[in-house]
Amino acid sequence: MITVHYFAGLKEVTGVAQEQADLSGHTVQQLAQWAADKYPGIDAGAARIAVNEEYALPEDLLQAGDVAAFIPPVSGG
Amino acid sequence: MKAFEIVTEAINPQHYADMVLRPEAGAVTVFTGHVREWTKGVRTLYLAYEAYVPMAEKILAQIGAEIEERWPGAQTAIAHRIGELAISDIAVVIAVSSPHRKAAYEANEYAIERIKEIVPIWKKEIWEDGEEWIGDQKKKPEGDGL
Repeated sequence: MITVHYFAGLKEVTGVAQEQADLSGHTVQQLAQWAADKYPGIDAGAARIAVNEEYALPEDLLQAGDVAAFIPPVSGG
Repeated sequence: MKAFEIVTEAINPQHYADMVLRPEAGAVTVFTGHVREWTKGVRTLYLAYEAYVPMAEKILAQIGAEIEERWPGAQTAIAHRIGELAISDIAVVIAVSSPHRKAAYEANEYAIERIKEIVPIWKKEIWEDGEEWIGDQKKKPEGDGL
């Protein structure tokens, strides 16, 4: 299992700030697809995905215990 | 207090200026970003900021490291506030010290640009008649940016 976090506008679409997902051994790209299927309103393509607090690449592999996060376009400052 | 942090209380810029001051620094620039009332003719009542705190602090520190690499001798401290902020509150402070002023000015602007690009912090504007999460302000005004 991995943990998935959602923030800002994405969190309002999913209705949850975090959840568990059975995606160990899958890629970051597959995680994006999984979220897009589960939450039709989510614009997963506009979000970057971080794994263990670092921006990840689509082909990166997820491992059990990883913490992934959907990072919608940021607006700090 | 840390040199790169997300905070929930009011920011005192002097603390961060003090943190980067040292004998070899001939210049310290301090930038404070504030909550603006009017944006493109729309009046903001207040802002709500959210962050992915551990990652945001990590990336703020990464920006500090990038600055040291680009402007040798420059030292940086950055704090960003989250939660509900009122008009004119300080949302972000960036303090940079360097032996000479040019690097301190340049590096300070570099830091705010990088914050707007990569640090996982989000701003929600709350207006009289609605609210919206703001994203991607660097690339827009219009259209979608990936």
